[in-house]
Amino acid sequence: MDKIPILRMGQFLLVTIQVDLYDRLALNLESDLVQMVSKTDARGVLIDISAVSIVDSFMGRIIGNIASMSKIMDATTVVVGMQPAVAITLIELGLPLAGVHTALDVEKGMALLRTKILTDGEENEYSDESYDDSE
Amino acid sequence: MKANISRLFHKKKKQVIDLWMNNQLQDVSLREDLISNDDLRAQSEELVEVLVNKLNDDNLSVVDSADFDDVYEVLGGISITRARQGFSPRETGVYIFSLKDALLQILQEEFKNDPVSLYESTMKVSRLIDSFGIVTFETFIKGREEVILRQTDEISEISTPVIRVWDGILALPIIGTLDSSRTQIVMENLLQEIVASGSSIAILDISGVPAVDSLVAQHLIKTVSATRLMGAECIISGIRPEIAQTVVHLGIDLSGIVTKSTLASALKYAFSMLMLEVRKKQVSSGNNSRVVNG
Repeated sequence: MDKIPILRMGQFLLVTIQVDLYDRLALNLESDLVQMVSKTDARGVLIDISAVSIVDSFMGRIIGNIASMSKIMDATTVVVGMQPAVAITLIELGLPLAGVHTALDVEKGMALLRTKILTDGEENEYSDESYDDSE
Repeated sequence: MKANISRLFHKKKKQVIDLWMNNQLQDVSLREDLISNDDLRAQSEELVEVLVNKLNDDNLSVVDSADFDDVYEVLGGISITRARQGFSPRETGVYIFSLKDALLQILQEEFKNDPVSLYESTMKVSRLIDSFGIVTFETFIKGREEVILRQTDEISEISTPVIRVWDGILALPIIGTLDSSRTQIVMENLLQEIVASGSSIAILDISGVPAVDSLVAQHLIKTVSATRLMGAECIISGIRPEIAQTVVHLGIDLSGIVTKSTLASALKYAFSMLMLEVRKKQVSSGNNSRVVNG
């Protein structure tokens, strides 16, 4: 059975999905990830889905679930690198993934996570480091 | 008796053309300003030529026979050239139907003493020519439809440009009504450009959208949500007072979206999000404005 590797990077967990997700794989990822969050006490989770070209409503829900689970375990989840077609599909499916933070690429996602951790739970509307509202 | 019709037309081809031309020249609605008599004659001869060649007694009563493909092709060509020359579809129709008069005149002379055959052949010939007339209309409409389709494509293509206004800031002015198919194009173009340029802010300017109803608003919300999923922020600008009124009256909730009244204020907001600042240069170093990283 394939497994999606979960890499540890300091305070963060890095998940890069390089294959098209099927349902069982996604469910495994979900349970592995929460286990890993609790084991490593991670503060942030970064999921790179730039290689995912097909999603369905189930996939969208899993991503939403992972984010909510990490959130209640006090780890911020950022989804990065979503393909335009995937974004359109999720919107058409009525899954705007409210509550999930997004970024264009891994670099921007990391910056976003860092600001999130630095502000430590303090809600910041324009959370990307470079986004910080100066007003 | 029946066997004679096609042979008869073949034999009297010259006479058919002459009669037809005569009919046309007598017609008061003849447009000599659009086509010269010589051209008209050449056109008519071509049609009669291909018709009598293809006509035989078997296919005379089968108007959609494959034998007539060539005839329909010539007819289509005539219809299109005449449409380009400025003939109305009615004039082209009259032109084809005047051929019927010529053919019927011939039949009348031939079957003077045989009313039954005359009736039969007349019916067949008129059905055939009626079908030809319809083909000219169809070709005319098809030509028009092609033009309309091409223009629709062009409109949807030219009306959704994605502009890079600053490093990391995209602007997308929307002109005209937003329907589902256009929203799809707008969304795709915008998302693709976000990926290509790595921009983190997109400004959707709707000052060129004549009216915003609940459907258009839903499309806008979808676009904003999709942009957000990609990891970019989307600002809607160009909210005119009338639009604000309708949106609130319709009870549409835009509170989750950053909205600005003008593109300028949206750009200002985007600058502040990217921690950029626009400042006037000191007089000593020139009078242009410049942007410095804050």
